[in-house]
Amino acid sequence: MNAEVKIMRTAAETQFSDVLGALPALGATRDLRVRALSDFIAKGLPHRRVEEWKYTDLRALIREMPVLAKGADKAAIAEAKKSSLLAKIGAREITFVNGAFVAELSDLTAQEKGLSISMLADALKKDASVAPLLEKINPNKYDAVFALNTAALDAGIVIDVAPGAQITKPIHIRHIVTGTAPVSVFGRVLVKVGKKAQATIVQSHAGPDAVAYLTNTILQLSLGDDAELDIVRVQAEGDKAIHLSMMIGAIGEQSRFRSFALTTGAAVSRHTVPFAYAGKDARALLAGATLLRGRQHADVTLEVDHALPGGESRELFKTVLDDETRGVFQGFIIVRPDAQKTDGRMMSAALLLGEAAEMDNKPELEIFADDVQCAHGATTGALDDDLLFYLRARGIPKKEAESLLIQSFFGEAIETIENANIRNAVMIRASRWLEQRNLK
Amino acid sequence: MALLEVKDLHARVEEKEILRGLNLTINPGEVHAIMGPNGSGKSTLSYVLAGKDDYEVTAGSATLEGEDLLSLEPDERAAKGLFLAFQYPIEIPGVASMTFLRTAVNSVRKKRGEEELSTPDFLRLVREKAKELSINQDMLKRPVNVGFSGGEKKRNEILQMAMLEPKMCVLDETDSGLDIDALKIVADGVNRLRAKSRGFLVITQYQRLLDHIVPDVVHVMAKGRIVRTGGPELAHELEAKGYAGYENAA
Ligand SMILES: Nc1ncnc2c1ncn2[C@@H]1O[C@H](COP(=O)(O)OP(=O)(O)O)[C@@H](O)[C@H]1O
Ligand SMILES: [Mg+2]
Repeated sequence: MNAEVKIMRTAAETQFSDVLGALPALGATRDLRVRALSDFIAKGLPHRRVEEWKYTDLRALIREMPVLAKGADKAAIAEAKKSSLLAKIGAREITFVNGAFVAELSDLTAQEKGLSISMLADALKKDASVAPLLEKINPNKYDAVFALNTAALDAGIVIDVAPGAQITKPIHIRHIVTGTAPVSVFGRVLVKVGKKAQATIVQSHAGPDAVAYLTNTILQLSLGDDAELDIVRVQAEGDKAIHLSMMIGAIGEQSRFRSFALTTGAAVSRHTVPFAYAGKDARALLAGATLLRGRQHADVTLEVDHALPGGESRELFKTVLDDETRGVFQGFIIVRPDAQKTDGRMMSAALLLGEAAEMDNKPELEIFADDVQCAHGATTGALDDDLLFYLRARGIPKKEAESLLIQSFFGEAIETIENANIRNAVMIRASRWLEQRNLK
Repeated sequence: MALLEVKDLHARVEEKEILRGLNLTINPGEVHAIMGPNGSGKSTLSYVLAGKDDYEVTAGSATLEGEDLLSLEPDERAAKGLFLAFQYPIEIPGVASMTFLRTAVNSVRKKRGEEELSTPDFLRLVREKAKELSINQDMLKRPVNVGFSGGEKKRNEILQMAMLEPKMCVLDETDSGLDIDALKIVADGVNRLRAKSRGFLVITQYQRLLDHIVPDVVHVMAKGRIVRTGGPELAHELEAKGYAGYENAA
């Protein structure tokens, strides 16, 4: 008998392999793509027996691959023009519609001194230091989302902030999906912030309701020594979408990094954050608020790696679960033997509003250094009846009292956003979620 | 017509009967005090009147200006004019005091068919009332009651009362945890609100508060009932003799 086990592939896995395998080979990324594709062909989509994907079984959730988006035609651009997500934050906008860069919805003019925004293909040709940035931070770790995204690597953008440059105007990268037919959309954003430089980047995702499209977007960032970077992400995909995303980061010595993620969209979403301390004494804040209704499923998974001494990490995630939603928070933090004096604090709190809602909270610390301060907490609870009664006894109607308490719950995470305009815009988005809840 | 009328009220919590046939009539303009030992059901009465979920009314009635209170939601009772100053005001992390006050004031105004207050009018009113109660603006910048001392929380209750302009004010041990200066501030705040049309039910264990807020009627409550009613002199008698005689009176 033949000892070789024949791996059974699902229809979706076969489609991904076939479609991405048939893409024309792009020069500079050819090897990367070929490797990623063969990785995917060998390992496929993760399922619930894969530890990190236990709660988000992609093999079961993705039944088929929607056709690859064909970019943005006139109609798509016209539709994208109507998107007003975070329109008033005073940012430089860069827009991708159905995966394609759209110049007329992007502003690349008058780039500040030290800022260089270029298309991935151009950057790869010009700058040899770009290609390594496209690699995984942990070469031994397979991630299907990364493999698929890399196998599909095509349009992408590189934001390069030169050493010492202070880019105060936020850069807003918009990923918009349009139309009524389900498509698959891929995107890659590289952010390189040089030594002592500073920047603020917003990334937003929007698309039509009632269309079962699939997006897979990766933001990769590298932060130089003593540099500072803020990332704010707003995921407001359509209600039938599957949204797969990663924020992959490596931060340098004494750098300061802050990120916030608002999640209100998609039927199924998974946001994975592999994050490495590449220099000592670096500080990072990873925060987020996830607001779910109906039957949404949202998974946030952090993989934080402290390899060097003196790192500080703060993780604060708030999840509000209405109706029959499912929330997942996984926080894997590893503190390696050399990472002495690491100071880590992780908190994930969930508020269950729906009787049938469910939260899976899985903080996991692995500590191999002896002189560290690390703590994590995870809570899941309903609205406090005594608090509600106090508010109602002051004349505030039930729904409004609930809204005040829910807002204060997720507000704590939104408050961590440094830029006031962006913070307000995110708060307004989140409040809109509450208003819609009150219309039920 | 009586302002507050409680008749043969029975209520229980977790299968335990706490109020056992309570009667109480308060007319407009009157200040009544309820005194009584710990556990006699004073807070339960205040919660039942305000509409807290945990309490089940098994018999009797309570009306405000002739209108049934017990069938109303807590916020509707507040809009009708019932106010409860809590014995233990709770902290609401993340909800700014100003947002809270403004939402409360405008909610009741809306239900009373009054116009919402404009931002400047609201701010002017809060500043004025807060000043009278020695509540500084820094306190109002914090989330509701968070980091407030015991005395500050009680003063904050009176501020809310002043802002909401209720008809019937129930004060549950507003004097507990107050030093003599704070007690005076709170009492002055209450006295300023005394009006022909307004009624007060002052729950306390000590006669001390009643030196400052002089009641028209004093009741003694024991085991879920009013067991004795008299004038202000009754408070002095209780202060001298204690509740010893009432523990088993019911
Ligand atoms: N939520 C509750 N659950 C259980 N028992 C309660 C609850 N509230 C009050 N009680 C009981 O009811 C009785 C009266 O309490 P309370 O009304 O607080 O009295 P007072 O305010 O006069 O001290 C006490 O025996 C108390 O333990
Ligand atoms: Mg009491």
